[in-house]
Amino acid sequence: MKRNSLKIAAISGALIFAASMAACSSNSPPAGGNAGTTGPIEIWYSNNKAEVTWGKAMVAEWNAAHADQQITAQEIPAGKSSEEVINAAITAGTTPCLIFNTAPVAVPQFQKAGGLVALDTFKDGAAYIQARTGALADQYKSSDGKFYQLPWKSNPVVLFYNKDIFKKAGVDPSQLATQADLLTAARKIKQSGAAQFAMWPSPGSEFYQSWFDFYPFYAAASNGTPLVKDGKSTFNSDAGKQTAEFWKTMYAEGLASKEVYQGDSFADGKAAIAVSGPWAIDYYGDKVNWGTVPVPGLTASDKSYTFSDAKNIGLFSACKNQQTAWDVLKFATSPDQDGKFLKTTGQMPMRSTAVTDYADFFTSKPAYKAFSDQATRTVEVPNVNNAVEVWQTFRDAYSKTVVSGQGTVADMLKTTADKIDQLVAAK
Amino acid sequence: MTTTTAAGPARTRRATGKATGAILGRQPLGLVFVAPYVLYIVLVLAYPLGFAVYMSFHDYFFTAPGVEVPKPFVGMDNFVAILTDPAVARSFLNTLIFLVINVPLTVVLSLVLANALNRVTRLKAFFRVSYYIPYITASVATVAIWLFLFQGSGLINQLLGPLAPNPSWLINESLAMPVIAIYVTWKQLGFFILLYLAALQNIPNELYESASVDGANKRQQFMNITVPGVRSATLLVMVLSTITGANMFTEPYLLTGGGGPNGASASPVYLMYKKGIEQGHPGLAAALGVVLVIGVLAVSLIQRKLVGGEED
Repeated sequence: MKRNSLKIAAISGALIFAASMAACSSNSPPAGGNAGTTGPIEIWYSNNKAEVTWGKAMVAEWNAAHADQQITAQEIPAGKSSEEVINAAITAGTTPCLIFNTAPVAVPQFQKAGGLVALDTFKDGAAYIQARTGALADQYKSSDGKFYQLPWKSNPVVLFYNKDIFKKAGVDPSQLATQADLLTAARKIKQSGAAQFAMWPSPGSEFYQSWFDFYPFYAAASNGTPLVKDGKSTFNSDAGKQTAEFWKTMYAEGLASKEVYQGDSFADGKAAIAVSGPWAIDYYGDKVNWGTVPVPGLTASDKSYTFSDAKNIGLFSACKNQQTAWDVLKFATSPDQDGKFLKTTGQMPMRSTAVTDYADFFTSKPAYKAFSDQATRTVEVPNVNNAVEVWQTFRDAYSKTVVSGQGTVADMLKTTADKIDQLVAAK
Repeated sequence: MTTTTAAGPARTRRATGKATGAILGRQPLGLVFVAPYVLYIVLVLAYPLGFAVYMSFHDYFFTAPGVEVPKPFVGMDNFVAILTDPAVARSFLNTLIFLVINVPLTVVLSLVLANALNRVTRLKAFFRVSYYIPYITASVATVAIWLFLFQGSGLINQLLGPLAPNPSWLINESLAMPVIAIYVTWKQLGFFILLYLAALQNIPNELYESASVDGANKRQQFMNITVPGVRSATLLVMVLSTITGANMFTEPYLLTGGGGPNGASASPVYLMYKKGIEQGHPGLAAALGVVLVIGVLAVSLIQRKLVGGEED
């Protein structure tokens, strides 16, 4: 029996060794095409119902006019996240030409993997992006100064509040101009028992959760400063400290829940305030008697900043007909299609002239007007090396100090800033 | 001299035949029959494991086909980075806490329940199906039930009233992992009960009858006949529950909001996912995987030594 075990172990070891050697020598042919080629292309879009409706209409319109450059479209295949699916497709060389839901935080990784085409490759690439999006487009440039994503649409987050709960608690929503005001309102709501919690952002440990608690408030407090600027973290500052202290107090006093809510705490009336983008207008609809106010900063301002929650369009290197892909990209982000996208989905096209271009829409649907104004003052996740790890590092430290209340905010911000600076500087 | 010359080729033939026999065995045709399974093992298990070992010694990065990104050999760097990472150390400690609670609980409960089910004469099928249902139900659904039970405003805390822990179960650094261990025990129990039920069928009834004649009571019969009689099944249950625990992913992902609070329920496999897939460091993830495989092998060998399991 022992001899058999030894034999099995020896054979297993040999197989694993052989497999290791085979792995070393793997080689694959290059894929993709070059700018200048035209023909049929494939695209993926989000599985969001409204975006699918717009996507199908856009594709039908293009296909009707381009018999030799037909688009085949489908929703992004299911996975734990879109980014995971896209990463796998890049490695396998099976990405479509365009993906209309590329998260900016994942772009540095896709770029490093050689999965994306720099849009500057096209003659009018950079000029088109800058003309459409204006100065905000600069946030989407990669460290080599090129655009590997087309800034497409944003969902600038604001505070949705429940009018009924506010009325019951005796809180005036117009008095939410600063973080201190919000804290006072939160205490009133909790004390009145009008809602279980004033706010219930997810306290989960996932890297992206900070985009819906700390980051919008930090953007507002710091007058639009990204988490990392010019290769250095910025949050170990007065704005960062006060924002982190604000949230720490919210958790310490039980004004925000430390537990993950299964469902939508705002829609269920468990929380009085939610941090959401314009997509939530249709979602909450008549379910909640809601209103919106901008995310408050340290001082009152009618020009406050927030997090963009943008999703962009990537042109992938496995694409054979890249010229067609670029032409489709411009068609899908033309003034006409941007207008249709806005009307169908309620999300803001990243067009610097959107407020005037679609004035009729904003007049007929005033709830969206605040978002169109806010969309001009947004902060994106920084386009830096190891972007996901940067956010995970921040989230881990934030969870420990701010959510769980261990240690001081000052120490946490300093230690985390040092770690993040190293991550950004690393390859 | 002549004799030697005549015996030489015959001896050589015998030696060659022995060597061929040693490699091909007494029934060479058998190799043809096992070839498909060996091929499966090579493609599905050995190659990925070998590739993981290769990645663990390189600064590896997944790229599009044809894209050249340097993936230099880094020696033990990935292992050093992993073994000095406090989050990784915490995840292994979490796994240890999990195993200490889950493995004994699984063995004891599944053996006792299997023994009871083996003796039940009425509603036997109903009980067997009842225990098996959680095992075949999707984790997403069962996790929702446990959230309903163990959240701050959940049923357990309502029953406990002032005795409810603060912070509550799933956000309490000391309690999150034990809750997960109990959840997994409950979910997997049906499968292990079936294993023990199969093993119990192999214990001859005569042994119980003899013991009864000799005056052994039920407890003595259980301890002296049943427990030794299912020893090989016990080893299997221990090894399988250890492997299940070491591969834990869904529970920290869904039940505790991403391994919270503060990594107190993060598992090595969940960290592998974060490092390898989310953060783009497959080399680190592979090193963590290799360490985990070695750890599971070591624990399994210890279990084998402690319990024994080979048929005499």
